Amino acid sequence: MTFSLILFYILAALILFGAVKTVTSKNPVHAALYLVLTFCMSAMMWMLMQAEFLGITLVVVYVGAVMVLFLFVVMMLNIDIEEMRAGFWRNAPVAFTVGVLMAVALILILVAPDTNLAAFGAMKDIPADYSNVRDLGGQLYTTYLLPFELAGVLLVLGMVAAIALVHRKTLNPKFINPGDQVKVDAKQGRMRMVKMEAVVQQPSETAEAADAAEAEKGEGKA
Amino acid sequence: MITITHYLVLAALLFGISAMGIFMNRKNVLVLLMSIELMLLAVNFNFIAFSQYLGDTAGQIFVFFVLTVAAAESAIGLAIMVLVFRNRNTINVADLNKLKG
Repeated sequence: MTFSLILFYILAALILFGAVKTVTSKNPVHAALYLVLTFCMSAMMWMLMQAEFLGITLVVVYVGAVMVLFLFVVMMLNIDIEEMRAGFWRNAPVAFTVGVLMAVALILILVAPDTNLAAFGAMKDIPADYSNVRDLGGQLYTTYLLPFELAGVLLVLGMVAAIALVHRKTLNPKFINPGDQVKVDAKQGRMRMVKMEAVVQQPSETAEAADAAEAEKGEGKA
Repeated sequence: MITITHYLVLAALLFGISAMGIFMNRKNVLVLLMSIELMLLAVNFNFIAFSQYLGDTAGQIFVFFVLTVAAAESAIGLAIMVLVFRNRNTINVADLNKLKG
């Protein structure tokens, strides 16, 4: 039993434990956190499978973005957990039957001698200077360039759709309709004349001095 | 030695558990979305296992796209959840009967 096999069994046990707790835990927050555990362990398993880039992507994209989004939504909505749980165990026999049947059928196919999965043998040997990221990047930007850009379009579409769905109008927008502004009649009520006393500014000393200088100038000219 | 059967059996078990979750959490849409994410994870396991044992990176590229689609899907799904909660004040699947379907 090699080290990698022991590691495989530990990670597999943690992944399955996290998955079972995700689907059976009472509180949606706990379910989301167990899902984070499952994703982290899966990322480590992908590292074990020597798919380093995807392992890191799983952590960054899923644990960093999607699961945080899940937690936000779970905490934002005021969910009645007890009401949600009603009939949970009533569905359990059917669920158990379906899940076990599906898993058993898949595993029977996989281990059947006719499938001959043993012919795959061990994982292909990878040279020491092989870079998973370089290989995937090269493929993405050459062979799969169009699907890659379409994936970008899809992400923009998802973002726009999510914002458009949940965006609410501002309650008191500082906005004036330009049409109303143009239609205003200036002569009717637009402007109002107010009679008021003229306010005479008392001349200050500096103003007086300036006046004196002005007067001197005037005399000089004369 | 870890053979491809190890990985495929693990993915099959994960898929079975998430199918079980979809049946058990019929009322809770949030956990339903989480179960779908788990199913996609199981599928990704198969893609990577075959990619590595056949020595072809196409499988890993496919996982990349599956991750992209899953991220967009969950973002829109959660946005719809928020919208439903705002309008109906519940996300219980049994109460979502406005379309009389």
